[in-house]
Amino acid sequence: MSEATAELQEKEVKKSEPLFSKKNKKLITDPLNDDNPITVQVLGICSALAITVQVKQAFVMSISVLFVLVAGNVIISLLRNTIPSRIRIIVQLVIVASLVILVDQVLKAFVYDVSKQLSVFVGLIITNCIIMGRLEAFALGNKPGPALLDGIGNSLGYGWILIAVAVVREFFGSGKFWGFQLLGDSSVGSGLYSIGYMNNNLMVLPPMALIVVGVIIWIQRSKNTKLIEAH
Amino acid sequence: MAINKEGTGFTFGFAIIMVVVVGALLSLAAMGLKPFQKENLKQEQMKNILGSVGIEVEMSEASANFDKFIVKRIMLDSDGNVLNEKSGQIATLANDGQDAFDADPFNVDIKKEYRGLASSERRYPLFICEKDGQTLYIVPMVGKGLWGPIWGFISLKDDLNTVYGANFDHKTETPGLGAEINTSLFTDQFKDDRIFDEKGEFTSIAVKKSATGDNPHAVDGITGGTITSVGVSEMVERTLKVYVPYFKNLKAA
Repeated sequence: MSEATAELQEKEVKKSEPLFSKKNKKLITDPLNDDNPITVQVLGICSALAITVQVKQAFVMSISVLFVLVAGNVIISLLRNTIPSRIRIIVQLVIVASLVILVDQVLKAFVYDVSKQLSVFVGLIITNCIIMGRLEAFALGNKPGPALLDGIGNSLGYGWILIAVAVVREFFGSGKFWGFQLLGDSSVGSGLYSIGYMNNNLMVLPPMALIVVGVIIWIQRSKNTKLIEAH
Repeated sequence: MAINKEGTGFTFGFAIIMVVVVGALLSLAAMGLKPFQKENLKQEQMKNILGSVGIEVEMSEASANFDKFIVKRIMLDSDGNVLNEKSGQIATLANDGQDAFDADPFNVDIKKEYRGLASSERRYPLFICEKDGQTLYIVPMVGKGLWGPIWGFISLKDDLNTVYGANFDHKTETPGLGAEINTSLFTDQFKDDRIFDEKGEFTSIAVKKSATGDNPHAVDGITGGTITSVGVSEMVERTLKVYVPYFKNLKAA
């Protein structure tokens, strides 16, 4: 794709609506693959290991991260010319921490069941490197519009890996998807279990998440030529 | 603008304003959401109490079913003496005031008392349930798991010896391991176990390795969840012990 076509397409989009320009679209699409926060930047691995045992948990976690990252990005971006640079990290922390507490309280009030399952991991969104990373690297230097898109893109990039890992782990670890038994009931030995199939208990343990993420990185690098490093 | 944005004054001013604004917003949110959260907790407790006698209800129907099945709520002291008996509507702080609220056995926060009070000062609630013509006695309990608190209910049949059902829950036990104490795979083992031996002495139900269904005083622990299993074992024994004098009196009467 040459620069000329890129410019042409950019002209087609109205000048007053630059939100969906080609450059801005890349803010959403890049983190999904070429610049994925987990598989390429290797950020936010900690939570990817912890809450990918079940798909439902991974999904609610992704939504929570989406909210925190998008809101954090926009707020920081709006304040970017006011925040004194000497305390900018503290300001970012305070804003992220408050958003996380807000998410936690809302989950507790309205989706109590899920909030119980996610327990401490919602609070740990604060320590997710993706969030501070995007605030520091992007929101501090860009307008709210692009910051919003960057937030959406990165949290989707985080979310789809999380859910992909959770699908694999829940299927092989407990034979389920979203809590529904796909292979029969392991406790009474019906379905596949009646002919001797067993759940892989290793899948339930955190190290297996690391291996699954590793396999995803391997597949991604073999398909995506941009990621192959020159030696 | 004459303000120096890198100056110390501006930095302090910014920090102070930010903290006040954020603090105000968060406390507003917390206060606004508190009634919903409290209601959730109350309904969850009702749901858990009912769940321990095999009445599975949705959270939204917990309250109605609780009124229907739980006929009496009793509060004991640590020696098994009755402090209070209540039936009917659960006392709420808003409707009935502090004293009535405190006197209602449903409102005893056993988790808080377990954390903060010596065992002799704690109050012990007991719920009496009428289901399918049977009288069931539901004992709530709280203890320690690997990472945090665990709690649950054990219900006894009207011989005050045989376990009718049990359910447990936890705050932060390891998913797939200790967290399995809240699955029916684990709790179903308690059914028909007994808390008194042949001589009529109190013998708790221990959670241990490779216990079989034949032993009425043991259930099989959770592989990879040993510390949680030991916690359940300790919790069941310590709590049921307190109720033994009351049960013996009730049987004698």
